[in-house]
Amino acid sequence: MPEVLTFVVNGERRSLEVEGRTLLVHALRDGLGLTGTHIGCDTSQCGACTVLIDGRAAKSCTLLALQAEGAEITTIEGLAAGGELHPIQRAFVEHHGLQCGFCTPGVILTAADLLSRDPVPTDETVRHALRGNLCRCTGYQTIVESVQAAGAALREVPAS
Amino acid sequence: MIPAAVRYARATDLDHALALLAAPDAKALAGGQSLIPVMKLRVVRPALVVDISRLELRGAEIRDDVLHIAPLTTWRELLDASALERQGLAAIAECVRGIGDAQVRNRGTIGGSIAHADPASDMPAVLLALGASVVARSPEESRTLALADFFLGPFTTGLGPHELLVDLTVPLPEAGSGSAYVSVEHPASGFALAGAAALSGPAGERVALTGVGATPFLLPAGEPSEAIAAVEVYGDSFAPAEYRRHLAAVVAERALEAARRRAKEDV
Repeated sequence: MPEVLTFVVNGERRSLEVEGRTLLVHALRDGLGLTGTHIGCDTSQCGACTVLIDGRAAKSCTLLALQAEGAEITTIEGLAAGGELHPIQRAFVEHHGLQCGFCTPGVILTAADLLSRDPVPTDETVRHALRGNLCRCTGYQTIVESVQAAGAALREVPAS
Repeated sequence: MIPAAVRYARATDLDHALALLAAPDAKALAGGQSLIPVMKLRVVRPALVVDISRLELRGAEIRDDVLHIAPLTTWRELLDASALERQGLAAIAECVRGIGDAQVRNRGTIGGSIAHADPASDMPAVLLALGASVVARSPEESRTLALADFFLGPFTTGLGPHELLVDLTVPLPEAGSGSAYVSVEHPASGFALAGAAALSGPAGERVALTGVGATPFLLPAGEPSEAIAAVEVYGDSFAPAEYRRHLAAVVAERALEAARRRAKEDV
């Protein structure tokens, strides 16, 4: 039995029909065509599907779409403003924070949540915060460096 | 993986939630960090999920020397709760920091975790050591259960199908008490192979274990290693029973040492 889900995605109010069992990640990818949110493990382990729900990182594969009724969702597509990469995205490019890029949308959104609470995270803090995001390419060192560089960059620009 | 077909209802208040839960095969959905994964595996196939996450059952506060934690408080909210900044309560935040990952802590709730009753979940050990109780509400009545009587088996509790947790209570440890939580985790799942919480103070010491048996449990008084030698311990391919027993004694000792040290510190 389809129900109507209404929420705000990347600043835009959206409505779509979903089933009770539809997962948020499928509503975003199949319903709204936002395929930057990746499905990696589908067992709540890898974090590739991470999005921001009301500013806080969450795994969109571990949420029924209807749980997000009325919420503000940010996906990776919502970070870059007017064709300009977000400072976190820029830092990942500059510090080689990705190789294949599959995990990157989730890593960046988890980092956005972390940096909104702690703009100057230590190495240990970054690693603890990213525990729910698996990367099989980089060995994490460059990801940690990218997140810290992004924190520094965000301190220089006014919050968007 | 997609859950089996299920109806979804959003509860607007507690009475509404209890009325919805009276339907056959209804299941309460809080943060969903335990329930959704098992629904995706189709291990659990409710006919109706009742989303209780919008009920006003959030936050931690101290009233009359009792810490009240509302069951829909997320792990993240607990980490930010000033009510936990007390000498004898350090084990709670220490435990929360190690639960799941940042995304899970943002959504997962303490009440959902307790009601799910995973035998390896961390927080039950801490709440047992601190002597916590839960308050359950049904359409007919409200009742209080000591947490020590709440866990009946793996994923099985004394909560009735039409009951919801409405409060978790922890008596404040008396002055000069300290508490700690120490675990050894499975490196992939993050669940405890063995976890121990300890409370040490003028009134004595208590140690509770998780991850080693059918439910989290309080150790009988006495030397932890001797008490652990006498209890039934689960084994699996990751951690055979004898290894788990060894780990349990190690984490119990470490938790006790940390709790005793904290009992002597001023905060």
